[in-house]
Amino acid sequence: MLITCPYCGPRDVIEFTYQGDGNRERPDPASQNFEAWNAYVYDRLNPAGDHNEIWQHSGGCRAHLKVVRNTLTHEISSVVFTRGDHGRGDHGSAARGKAEDKS
Amino acid sequence: MVERQSPLEPEFHVGSHGNFEHGVEILLTETRPGSIVQVAAWPGEEKKLISAIRTVAGLALPDGAGGGVSDGVKSVFGFAPGKFTVADEAEGLAAAFARVVTPAIGTVTDLSHGRTAIRIAGPKAEWVLAKFFAIDFALPAFPIGAGRSTTHHDIFVQIQRTGADQFDIYVFRSFARSFWKALCHASEEVGYEVQ
Repeated sequence: MLITCPYCGPRDVIEFTYQGDGNRERPDPASQNFEAWNAYVYDRLNPAGDHNEIWQHSGGCRAHLKVVRNTLTHEISSVVFTRGDHGRGDHGSAARGKAEDKS
Repeated sequence: MVERQSPLEPEFHVGSHGNFEHGVEILLTETRPGSIVQVAAWPGEEKKLISAIRTVAGLALPDGAGGGVSDGVKSVFGFAPGKFTVADEAEGLAAAFARVVTPAIGTVTDLSHGRTAIRIAGPKAEWVLAKFFAIDFALPAFPIGAGRSTTHHDIFVQIQRTGADQFDIYVFRSFARSFWKALCHASEEVGYEVQ
């Protein structure tokens, strides 16, 4: 599987570290909403198709990346920096929409 | 000034080695730069840092990710967004950068004692490096002066192309001897000379 880093270009997946599901939204740290915390920690969309993910190019430029990966085909349809200054892209709003439609 | 010892010393054997009966196709050297400095800009301060590099090192960085330039004495290349490695044959580069790169612009990290610079040159340099690194070494994909950050066996390295068939590899000092031995083994089949 190749991931095309916006800085380094196409690189083998061995250079990258998976940093988790990109759909999670962390509640305010002061929040006492246990349902929101439960959802943040445990709830996953687990889609059979496009999935929003956070990866780090740990064996390269070390940038954190928003990746949309198809869980069936491993096709990578979008890679942008998580930091907005260096790259633009609506990380997976389309993918998220699709996943939520299915759920 | 105290003389810096090379971590390659016990495995650094000057001369021709391997299958060199038909000619030496790889030249391995340790460039031993006096300064290796990493400079990084805060988001939005990249242009100021690039201008600081021009002021201090006298090198004009080309546009684009991984762009770099070398004048044979000093070298610079981008290895990550807003981050650059600068090397100089002379010592004192970190102090010079610290005067120009203010805390509002970014950071300066002196890696002179933390990295070892190995130069691989010759017609088979791309061939030998391709055994270690899963990146495209062809000249159109990796132009002269450009830098790449990548890994060999999960160990991080930075590579700058300083000639059509010449690459400078910056490895962790503590891994340098191991990498050097591996590089020598990989070069045996084409014949290599250590200078």
